Amino acid sequence: MSLAEVPQTPDDGDIPLYEARKEIYPQVVHGRFRTIKWIILAITLGIYYFLPFIRWYRGPNAPDQAVLIDLANRRFYFFFIEIWPQELYYVTGLLVIAALVLFLMNAVAGRVWCGYLCPQTVWTDLFYAVERVIEGDRRERMQKASRGMWDLERIAEKILKHTLWLMIAWWTGGAWVLYFADAPTLVRELVTFQAPVVDYVWIAILTFTTYTLAGWMREQVCLYMCPWPRIQAALTDEYALNVMYRYDRGEPRMSAKKAEAARKVHEPAGDCVDCYQCVNVCPTGVDIRNGSQLGCIQCGLCIDACDNVMAKLGRPTGLIAYDTDDNAERRVRHEEPVYRIIRPRTIIYAALIALIGALMLYALTNRNNVGISALHDRNPLFVRLADGAIRNAYTIRVTNKALDARPFRLEVLGLNAPKFEVIGVPQTGANSTLIEAGPDQTRELRVLVTLPKALIAHEKMDVTFRLTDIVDGASATVRDHFFAPEGDYHHKQDEKNVH
Amino acid sequence: MAAHDTSKVDAVTGISTTGHEWDGIRELNTPLPRWWLWLFYICIVWGIGYVIAYPAWPLVSSYTRGVLGYASRDQIETDMAALKAQRGEMVARMESASLEEIRNDPKMLEVARALGKAAFGTNCAPCHGQGAQGVSVYPNLNDDQWMWGGSLEQIYQTIQYGIRNEHPDSRQGPMPAFGKDGIIPKADIPIVAAYVVTLSGRKPEGAVDLAKGQKLFAENCASCHGDNGKGNPDVGAPSLTSNIWLYGGDEKAIIETIANGRGGVMPGWAGRLEPATVKALTVYVHTLGGGQ
Ligand code: SF4
Ligand code: SF4
Repeated sequence: MSLAEVPQTPDDGDIPLYEARKEIYPQVVHGRFRTIKWIILAITLGIYYFLPFIRWYRGPNAPDQAVLIDLANRRFYFFFIEIWPQELYYVTGLLVIAALVLFLMNAVAGRVWCGYLCPQTVWTDLFYAVERVIEGDRRERMQKASRGMWDLERIAEKILKHTLWLMIAWWTGGAWVLYFADAPTLVRELVTFQAPVVDYVWIAILTFTTYTLAGWMREQVCLYMCPWPRIQAALTDEYALNVMYRYDRGEPRMSAKKAEAARKVHEPAGDCVDCYQCVNVCPTGVDIRNGSQLGCIQCGLCIDACDNVMAKLGRPTGLIAYDTDDNAERRVRHEEPVYRIIRPRTIIYAALIALIGALMLYALTNRNNVGISALHDRNPLFVRLADGAIRNAYTIRVTNKALDARPFRLEVLGLNAPKFEVIGVPQTGANSTLIEAGPDQTRELRVLVTLPKALIAHEKMDVTFRLTDIVDGASATVRDHFFAPEGDYHHKQDEKNVH
Repeated sequence: MAAHDTSKVDAVTGISTTGHEWDGIRELNTPLPRWWLWLFYICIVWGIGYVIAYPAWPLVSSYTRGVLGYASRDQIETDMAALKAQRGEMVARMESASLEEIRNDPKMLEVARALGKAAFGTNCAPCHGQGAQGVSVYPNLNDDQWMWGGSLEQIYQTIQYGIRNEHPDSRQGPMPAFGKDGIIPKADIPIVAAYVVTLSGRKPEGAVDLAKGQKLFAENCASCHGDNGKGNPDVGAPSLTSNIWLYGGDEKAIIETIANGRGGVMPGWAGRLEPATVKALTVYVHTLGGGQ
């Protein structure tokens, strides 16, 4: 919002209770950035709406949906990746990368996210397009609004527009729930009213939010609700490119005729012809000529609008362009503009992205299908048996991420001749036993390890459990301790000291 | 702007201020959008509606209940009923299965252990400790020495009917107070105690007539603890040959036990807990490690 339009305190000193909303009627525009925006809109919405239908065969015991969040079974499938709840760090890694990419985009060219990729922008863009098709372009919509007339045609238009909006919104909610269940099945259930109630509730919620946010709230979301413009302002620096009006070239602004006359007599005349095209096309109602401002989502549409005007006038394009304020000042001082895309900030962001990406890739390619964790009994830490031996008990969780049931060998290592027992599982070896774990499942086992008193070397000895997949030899280990009463061990130490 | 009070306009931004000033910092007037204001009003209305509909205000000894009659307790009860229904199938299976079957079926074993652990925590832990590790005169249930037997059936019997209580099926038979009741002469008690110490392969303190001790043991103790002191779970007589002593294994403690007797008690749980829960408890205790 430009300074001139800020409501001033009324003369009696009263403060207005609220800020009246300024109606915005963005005008249609064609050009480079508009085309980019259409393409991104098609790609992002295409992915969002159709991704759940892509199939990915994983074997008989697993779902064949490429992207699926299986809440009931606590699994997340993403093409060849299957994530268990304890592997949520992959998601953390993805989110960290997403944040860094956002920062990097910001360091390179400001609010690229806002202008092109943000769902708020994409859906609002789509809703504006629908509005334009039905109610006409800017001038027509403004006329209709100011007439305030409610003839049949107008009512029909309104109904049509809101119906279309609601349909898009409904489809948005519908696509959302498809990520949480087998999409084709759920679609069938949804249309035959057999789907779980919670699905309809979610569809209703997302229909409502999409319809309200993209249809009614629009730029208000960016101006008042979204934290990113505030964060972005704190993250940016003087080299980040921004959509800006090159005032060094545009001012003093005057009509085309006057400018021509002025140039003839070598008087200063800017290229801005004050046609308001840049303001008319702006989806947030910003006048970019007042400088960078919170309301500007940097969608580049004003660049397209201005370029079209410049082209018609036969002046060079780029009066509004991705540039920096510093460069404008430099040009005023007749210095060369400086562009530094590659600078410590961007290098660090890029390096961090590469690093975390590499780490995740490494973790992912080395991920194995076998997992083991051990939890030592705390209470009691150890048990003395009738014959004086000491026993420790562990809860061992065996994880089989393979999609078929597998036999595993569970061994205890690091202790001298322990007695090893797994509750409910027949013993197969001296310090190992065979166990089976179902497909894509974990199995909890109670494991007892006993040492005769004579073999206790320390009150806290290291012990390792190893789990080996008999089928493919993959293995995992977990370390824990074997505890014994202090007396048993000191007793022996005293003896040693005597010698 | 002629009549405008320019002192209330911020010079840098040209935006009017609210007129409030703190340490020279003045607040710019950036009013809320109208929809936001409306949300605020809606929240107030919602709040009033909530207070009418739901329990809200605390009174001296009660609270306003709200016209909807909502209570969080009802919700718990619904949840509990749902949980019970959900477990129903497994519980029914456990009720009809034998203890042996439960222990050998991986799925039932898992459920029984989980259920048993929870039941143990609420019912048994006050005496035996959270991990059944035993506290003072309450035995450790993790070890492999059992006063009343460590097989599934024996543990089941003990948990169902308890020890030395009014129930006719409860475990009976105390350790008599040999000293207090004059069964063994006071002077002979240390002699028996010294002999008992030797049963677990230790040397008694001082020189005692162990032969006499053995004779006294055979006459008074062997009927329950057995000739060799191995114990008898049918009467709750523990083995005296092991490293585990519920009431203490040093000579002084043994003298005390012989002189004054022992008779720990335990309540029975049949009838108080669901049949399946008692079974689950049995399997849980058995699989702590000491089960036989
Ligand atoms: S301001 Fe927020 S809501 Fe608006 S486009 Fe940017 S990120 Fe999206
Ligand atoms: S000022 Fe230009 S770049 Fe910024 S939001 Fe408006 S049209 Fe987009």
